[in-house]
Order: sequence, then structure tokens, then C-alpha cells
Amino acid sequence: MKTVVCIKQVPDTESRIRVAPDGRSIAEGELNWIVSPYDEFAIEEALRIKENKGGEVVLVTLGADRAQSALRSGLAMGADSAIHLKDPLFDGVDALGTAKALAAAIRPLSADLVLTGQQGVGGDNSQVPGLLAEMLDLPQVTMAVKIELGEGKATVEREVEGAHEVWETSLPAVLSAQKGLNEPRYASLKGIMAAKKKTIQTMDAAALGLKAEDLAAKTRVVALELPPARPGVKMIPGDVDTQVGELLRLLHEEAKVL
Amino acid sequence: MGSILTFAEVRDGKVRRASLEAVSEARRLASPLGATVQAVLIGQGTAPLAAEVASYGADRVHVFDDAALASYATEVWARALGQVITQEKPAAVLIPFTAMGKDVAPRVAARANAGLVSDVVKLEVKDGRLEARRPVYAGKAFATVRWEGEPQMATLRPNVFALAAPEASRKFETVTARVDTTARARVVSVQAGAGGKVELTEAQIIVSGGRGLKGPENFHLVEELAASLGAAVGASRAVVDAGWVDHQYQVGQTGKTVSPTLYVAAGISGAIQHLAGMSSSKVIVAINKDADAPIFKVADYGIVGDVFEVLPRLTAAAAEYRDKRH
Repeated sequence: MKTVVCIKQVPDTESRIRVAPDGRSIAEGELNWIVSPYDEFAIEEALRIKENKGGEVVLVTLGADRAQSALRSGLAMGADSAIHLKDPLFDGVDALGTAKALAAAIRPLSADLVLTGQQGVGGDNSQVPGLLAEMLDLPQVTMAVKIELGEGKATVEREVEGAHEVWETSLPAVLSAQKGLNEPRYASLKGIMAAKKKTIQTMDAAALGLKAEDLAAKTRVVALELPPARPGVKMIPGDVDTQVGELLRLLHEEAKVL
Repeated sequence: MGSILTFAEVRDGKVRRASLEAVSEARRLASPLGATVQAVLIGQGTAPLAAEVASYGADRVHVFDDAALASYATEVWARALGQVITQEKPAAVLIPFTAMGKDVAPRVAARANAGLVSDVVKLEVKDGRLEARRPVYAGKAFATVRWEGEPQMATLRPNVFALAAPEASRKFETVTARVDTTARARVVSVQAGAGGKVELTEAQIIVSGGRGLKGPENFHLVEELAASLGAAVGASRAVVDAGWVDHQYQVGQTGKTVSPTLYVAAGISGAIQHLAGMSSSKVIVAINKDADAPIFKVADYGIVGDVFEVLPRLTAAAAEYRDKRH
């Protein structure tokens, strides 16, 4: 069983976001970078599959030099090898271009399964899994909270608005991981040491057979701004009964939401 | 003349409200874009729903109605939408950012080699093209995005775009269509979920609980207030990670991003990743015993107090208040 896991390096979810001087991107200066939390569920699931069925786990990421530390984190958890897609042509690439590059890297690997997080934290697009599935001509099940592998097929469960769906898919397939799928392990010291010896293969656009026009962004962020400040809080004084009565009155008469 | 194509999602034989919001928004954008509005219905027994979709502003409704479309399969839905896009060459495609819309839209975008902007909260026409606004970092920032080429595809956040007043007598055209229904992955069964009766992302009112409730045995205080307000129940990451409630309830950066008209945070201190997920709510009420808790920085109304005293009285008072009004 060969599982490819696509991961993305993102700012820590505890980060405060600031806008860069270009007015279109985030200021990266003080950020702490992590593996997108949903991708950790995908790595963990791939490792459990390997432990149960044998095989290997290959990580793929697209990103700047710093993204290599995300691959090292995944290798330290137990993945076998990693591919880093890196090229100045990937700067400003959108989800469509990212998926094209990932698909080009994954296509020759003959994977039995492709796992991703259901979204990259930050961009919050939830696009790469579906784009990738279509480009690789594979079936997909997104936002999986349970995956059971059978012979050449998988049963996958996911949560939708107020309901729980059970899916059946043939393999290979692209599955995206939602919170609840598993509890990701921490890398052991032994794992961290072993990761240092594992290979990270670097591939540029040319190695993937992609040209600038293939990667031209179809969506472009023209401005990035912080959300408007909230109007400020009105504290409600008094004993509990006064507070509760006054709150309901304000919600009805002033805020008009009740 | 170009067109704006919308996907009308059907669940349990009904067109979802989020789809009608998308049709309404398409109608609003149609005049400045000089476009017509089209909608696509896919499923079993969808033909009778065309009139309802049209009443919100669609001029042409493409209907895929087939017994083989009884259960959802991404590949088939993407194929059907792709077929209509190839045929109609729309200037824009609007899909609700629901579980189904989120699942199918990227596949359609890959087929059309089109730019897709996710989770859009505002659309405007600028120089005959669309411009979108969307939250990033779960709402810690907002991006303004434009497209290159067509179709300009977007998924729209439910509960944000205004629903048009339906016009039952609106004239429209129905196009009956067929699609290859083979799929390698599909839904084989659906059960009612753990997420409670009111879906978080679609709720008008949300009551969320945090660590201030001290233990899972006290979480009923949040559920009772939610019930008396007709609200959905939410939770902070801390209590989800502690296993008090299912992850389906989590509001925040690794949970759901919500923007209800009223958000009540009970015993939630306001970690930055929680604030990111709820600070676009219209009105925020915070109840916390610590007057310095960060949640008060985003709240409109604050009560410094013990959730164990405040919640039961608020529940009783809200029920009384509701009974008085009805």
C-alpha cells in the first residue's frame, strides 16, 4: 500500500496576522510555521494504514525553502520519504496551479491512496483535494472522519450539515481528512533523529513538465486587510437578575436580534 | 449576453436555502453584468423544484432528474455541472459553500480550468468583472480577490447573502438534461448526525460553551440556553479537545467559522483561534467570570459573572420572554 500525503506549511493557528507592506499578503516576520493541522490527521492516517497493511508513506509539499521543515516534521512522525516542489514559478500560484504541480508530482508514483487535509489552515480554500482528484482522474471523498480500507476499495464516513454520510469508493482515491479522523502522534526523539537521514527530493516546474503558462494564477488577491474593529463592549452591571433582564432588553430593543 | 450559472443543491427533496441565496445574489449581479441567470438542479425528483428556483431569479433552469441520481456522487454532479458550463459558457458560476458545494466545486473548476474563490462573503461588479471578498485565516483577515479568465467561479458562504423576495409568476425556461451516472465513489447511506438539530454554520443564534463550565456534566447549561433561544450549540477548542463534546460543535480556526446574528459565549476566555471563528457575528454576548478575558474585546454586551448562576437564569428569562411574545 503506497500512500501519498499532500501537506502544507501554514502559520501557527495561535498567530496574530499582520498585513505586509504590499497590502496583499501577510507579514511573515514573526510567524511560527507548522504543518496544517488537518494535514497532520492525513499523515497519521497514512501511518496507521502502513502499520496495519505494510507499504510506504510519501509526503509531498509545494512551498518556499522553509516548507522543508514541515516535511521533516512529517518524516519524524514516521513517513518514509518526501518530495518538495519548489520553484520561483510557484510564487503567487493559486489552488489550481498548486494542484497542477501536485498532480504532476503524484502521477508517476502509482499511489494506492492520496490523502490530504480537508483544508489548508489560513487560505481556508478546501480546493486542492477535489482539484487533485479530477486532475488525477480519481474518485474522491472529502472531510473524512473515518476510513476503512478493503480490497481495492474503502468505506469512508463524513459529517455534513446535520447528517452523517457513509461513502464507498474504489481505490486508488483521493481522501481528505477532517478533525475527528484520528489523534495525530507526536514525533519521538528516535523519529526526529531518523528523519534527519531520510531523503527529501526537490523538484522544480521543469522537472514536473510545467511551464509558466500552466501555472498562471486564475485568481489573484488584490488587497488584504484586517477585519473592521468591533464597536466595543457594553458591560452590564448589577446582580444576576438585573444583568439577565437588562441583557434581554438590550438584545431586543437596542441590538434588535431577539 | 453572458450568464451567471448557479448550482441549486437539493437535500431531502428540498432546495437548500443557501442555493436560493446564490440564485438571489446572481439575480442582483445580473443587471450590472448584463447577464441572465441560470440554475442547475441535479437529483431524483428535481423537476418539480424548477419553479421555486426560478422564483428567486433564474431565467433558465437545467434539470437533471433521474432515479440513478438518488444518492450524491461527486463525479456525476461535477460532470453534470461541467456539461452545462461547456454548453452555456457562463461568465460566472456561483455554488453554495455547503458540504456538497465545497465537495463538488473544485472538481468542476478543474474540468473548466477555471479560477475558484472559496467561501465568499461579498461580491461586486467592477468594470464588468466580479470582485470577491472572503475571510482568510478563519476571519483574522479579509482578502479582496479578482479572477483571470472565465468562468469566474465562487463558492458563497451560507447565511450571508440576502434572499430575494420570490416571485411565483416569474417566467422561466426549463432545459431537461441527462448525464452519465457512473461513479467510483458515492454515498451509500445517510444517518442523522451528532451535530444537533440546528446546523452551526446556518444558525441565526449560537450559544457556545467553554472551559468555564468546568466539566462535560455541566454542558447541559449551554444546551438548555440554546434550546430556549432556538439556537445551535457551539464549543471552544479546549472543551472539544478535552472530549466533552464532539468536534462537530467546535467554533474557531480548526472548527467552524460562523457569523450568526447573535453569538453567546459562555465561559469562553477567547483564545485567538476561537475569536477568529466567530468575530464576524452581528452581535456578541460574553459571559465570563474574568473581567479581563479577551472575549470581552470582541463582545457587544458583557456580563462578568458565574456561568453557573447566569446561564440557568438567562435560560428561564429567555423562555419567559419568548412565551410573552407569542
